[in-house]
Amino acid sequence: MSLWKGAGGGTGGCCARSSSSVVAAAAASCASSHRGGGGQAPAAAPQLLAEAARPPLPPSLPRSLPGPGTMSSGAASAPKPLPSSGPKSLREMPHPLATSSSEEMGPALTPSPDVLLPRSIADKDLSLPNGTPVDTSSPASSSSLLNRLQLDDDLDVETRDLFVTVDDPKKHVCTMETYITYRVTTKTTRAEFDLPEYSVRRRYQDFDWLRNKLEESQPTHLIPPLPEKFVVKGVVDRFSEEFVETRRKALDKFLKRITDHPVLSFNEHFNVFLTAKDLNAYKKQGMALLSKMGESVKYVTGGYKLRTRPLEFAAIGDYLDTFSLKLGTIDRIAQRIIKEQLEYLVELREYGPVYSTWGGLEVELSEPLEGVSACIGNCCTALEELSEDMTEDFLPVLREYILYAESMKNVLKKRDQVQAEYEAKLEAVALKREDRPKVPADVEKCQDRVECFNADLKADMERWQNNKRQDFRQLLMGMADKNIQYYEKDPVVSAGNFGAEEGYWVKGTREARKSRQLSSHIAAANFLQAAFLQCPTQINIHIYINVNFKLSGKTASVTGVCCFLNASFSTVEYSRLP
Amino acid sequence: MESAEPEPSGSRPEEEEEEEEEEDEEDGALPAPEQPLAGMEDCLAKKMEITVSEAEKRTGRNAMNIQETYTAYLIETRAVESQSEGQCAPVESLWRRYSEFELLRNYLSVTYPHIVVPPLPEKRADFVWHKLSADNMDPDFVERRRIGLENFLLRVASHPVLCQDKIFYVFLMQEGGWKEMVNETGFQLKADSRLKALNATFRVKNPDKRFTELKHYSDELQSVISHLLRVRARVADRLYGVYKVHGNYGRVFSEWSAIEKEMGDGLQSAGHHMDVYAASIDDILEEEEHYADQLKEYLFYAEALRAVCRKHELMQYDLEMAAQDLTSKKQQCEELATGTVRTFSLKGMTSKLFGQETPEQREAKIKVLEEQIQEGEEQLKSKNLEGRDFVKSAWADIERFKEQKNHDLKEALISYAVMQISMCKKGIQVWTNAKECFSKM
Repeated sequence: MSLWKGAGGGTGGCCARSSSSVVAAAAASCASSHRGGGGQAPAAAPQLLAEAARPPLPPSLPRSLPGPGTMSSGAASAPKPLPSSGPKSLREMPHPLATSSSEEMGPALTPSPDVLLPRSIADKDLSLPNGTPVDTSSPASSSSLLNRLQLDDDLDVETRDLFVTVDDPKKHVCTMETYITYRVTTKTTRAEFDLPEYSVRRRYQDFDWLRNKLEESQPTHLIPPLPEKFVVKGVVDRFSEEFVETRRKALDKFLKRITDHPVLSFNEHFNVFLTAKDLNAYKKQGMALLSKMGESVKYVTGGYKLRTRPLEFAAIGDYLDTFSLKLGTIDRIAQRIIKEQLEYLVELREYGPVYSTWGGLEVELSEPLEGVSACIGNCCTALEELSEDMTEDFLPVLREYILYAESMKNVLKKRDQVQAEYEAKLEAVALKREDRPKVPADVEKCQDRVECFNADLKADMERWQNNKRQDFRQLLMGMADKNIQYYEKDPVVSAGNFGAEEGYWVKGTREARKSRQLSSHIAAANFLQAAFLQCPTQINIHIYINVNFKLSGKTASVTGVCCFLNASFSTVEYSRLP
Repeated sequence: MESAEPEPSGSRPEEEEEEEEEEDEEDGALPAPEQPLAGMEDCLAKKMEITVSEAEKRTGRNAMNIQETYTAYLIETRAVESQSEGQCAPVESLWRRYSEFELLRNYLSVTYPHIVVPPLPEKRADFVWHKLSADNMDPDFVERRRIGLENFLLRVASHPVLCQDKIFYVFLMQEGGWKEMVNETGFQLKADSRLKALNATFRVKNPDKRFTELKHYSDELQSVISHLLRVRARVADRLYGVYKVHGNYGRVFSEWSAIEKEMGDGLQSAGHHMDVYAASIDDILEEEEHYADQLKEYLFYAEALRAVCRKHELMQYDLEMAAQDLTSKKQQCEELATGTVRTFSLKGMTSKLFGQETPEQREAKIKVLEEQIQEGEEQLKSKNLEGRDFVKSAWADIERFKEQKNHDLKEALISYAVMQISMCKKGIQVWTNAKECFSKM
């Protein structure tokens, strides 16, 4: 399928600007980071680039999407590859993990300057397989393209070569402290890993460490957030089942997001985190490593002030601001709803028993009254469940995205810094009034950094947008589901109880009033039919039998029975009795 | 519910079968879309055969007196002859205000103390939750009161004894001069004083056990229903809160959708559904108010029940007092006749001190006493008879009332359940719609 009509020809402005190696390296990393939305699926706009820069995949790719192996052969589904992005260049490319910092900064990577940067892709005339042109001028619309191209989930699973899970929380009691560890299981076919499977135990501290390391080593990328370290609200038991489970889910998500990231997942620290038996030793060692590599030094802010943020990043910034605002509002609303529901619950708990008390006073009415009381009790239970689910599943995800947005804003700021530095240096050069055709090397470097940063960021943003959409879709659908379940629980029980009552009532009618009985049957049937539509069949039959007994002997019973039969089979046509 | 639904015209097949031509009228009120009718018609059906005639009521505001504002209610009556003839009888109508209803009810209570007289709707709004106002002039309150008054008239008209009362008839038919007529009956004089009633409660020695139990029952019923209504009001309040906060989702989803591309549409339409959800609570709670009104009616009925019990106590007390009085007189007589002073008495003392009476005086006294005793015995006999009659007829009415109550309350509970079910279904609907919108994100 030819995705990129115009893709073949362009070389992009920035590529031409600077020396090949640096930019190419940048391009390569950008390309790899462009690899698709939700998963490792290369079914994305910059698929072209993905092919160019993707690290070696297992040969067992059955996909229609080209792996490196199939690319050169020009598989039917493959877009026309760029001349320079053939398999040769891929193989010559040093392994990303070999020099962790080389992706952004390093020298001598071979991918050619012809490889396009995402920005230039944006300028091209792109279209979907069906020919409709696509607007890719903004991150959001790019991600829409991503979404439309992301055809099935199989894509993810089959192209993915790394699976990580967090489960099995356990409490550890030591002399100094008590803490929880989680089991982190890894399954992979990647060459970077010595074994195909790993299982280690990690605690929150370790996750925190990992995140910091990632931030340091990949400052131009968006690092997923961790669940909050300290829970301030109320008196939360750190060891309560709910809290641990919520945290486990969040940690699992965290690792999965990293796994899905084409750049982050190859990070050395990540690898160690997944595999090392003794992480603490590595941590200590890492300190030394750190100073050697000087990773963190690179992006120390030189106090440069950025004059204007480029439009697209300004847009991202604005978006993030509004986004976190809205999420914050939703969080507050959800909390308020839960609070109101709990107060409602309190009243309901008092309400139900009053009916019971009343039932105790009465003779004939006691059964229906007890029925109402029981129904209300069930409402209470269902409501409790709903509130719990909302608290445990809904709120944490919201909060996580707010944290995410925060960290993204920080990355934006860093990007600004880098650009500011570049611009300042550029100015400094200009002021020297030397008429040079060639720009000094360090200024060039800055420029590259800026561009890299931009590219990475944009790529990440696209992926993030897509993920976010999926996440929220799931989240909100889940919320809707829970509410639906809550409402479904109600009528089932009510009907059951009132069925019994209904039978009772029918019994109470006077003999002589044939027509009135008829009307009462109609009433009963009418009512029950409404309820039946929600009920499972067992209850239908129970009620039917119950009422039938009471009806037996009365002439109206036959017609009455028909009503109930109809209702119990949930037929839409309910025949009105004359 | 065919039979229960009020139909605008007079044709009701069930009644046609049952009703025979009879003097008494029946007010089957109609275009009221609410359900009090259901209970009424059933009661009606239970009673002896009555001729159906229709009546209608409307609220009106007549500021007849410049200084006060009150609500007047239009009572319309129409005689229904037989079904085959169709509707051709003219509609008679007149206006009444709440105080006149009160007067009517007081009259009935006094005149028929053995009957559990149907209650009026509440004078002032009680058991309100925050959304309802407690203002008597509030249109919702007025509307609910109108329905209640109609219900009251129906109940009276369906009652085998009460519906025959002349004053009641005039109340319905003749606007002017009714008040005077009522006052002329002098019923106020017949009314028992509160104090006397209270006294009786404490002093009576042998009340009919059934009445004592009934009194306990009505006390407890009152207390449980008021508790129920109070809690229900709080529940309604809270539920209202829950629904309304969801409306905020609508707003924020809308705002959020503005900055999103693919997610925008889904969010926007989901937000709309949240608004619908939040708005739906108003109708739901309005329906529930109706249920609350049905409960309230029986709360007030409990009071009427109590009144009958009190009357019995009073009568019993009277009886006991009369019997006691008779006994003491007899004793006196005996003493005088035999000359023995059995009990200490002032008479005895004085006669000891000041000398005995002359035989003539004694004779006279005995004569008087014997007359009194005679009277007393007759009175006692009639009081006994009265008492027994009262117990009999009261108990009959109480049985009738019990059946009515059981039937009505069952229906009320069922309709409450139906309401709840429909509320749940609406909820499912809305959230399913929202879910669909979310799935399109």
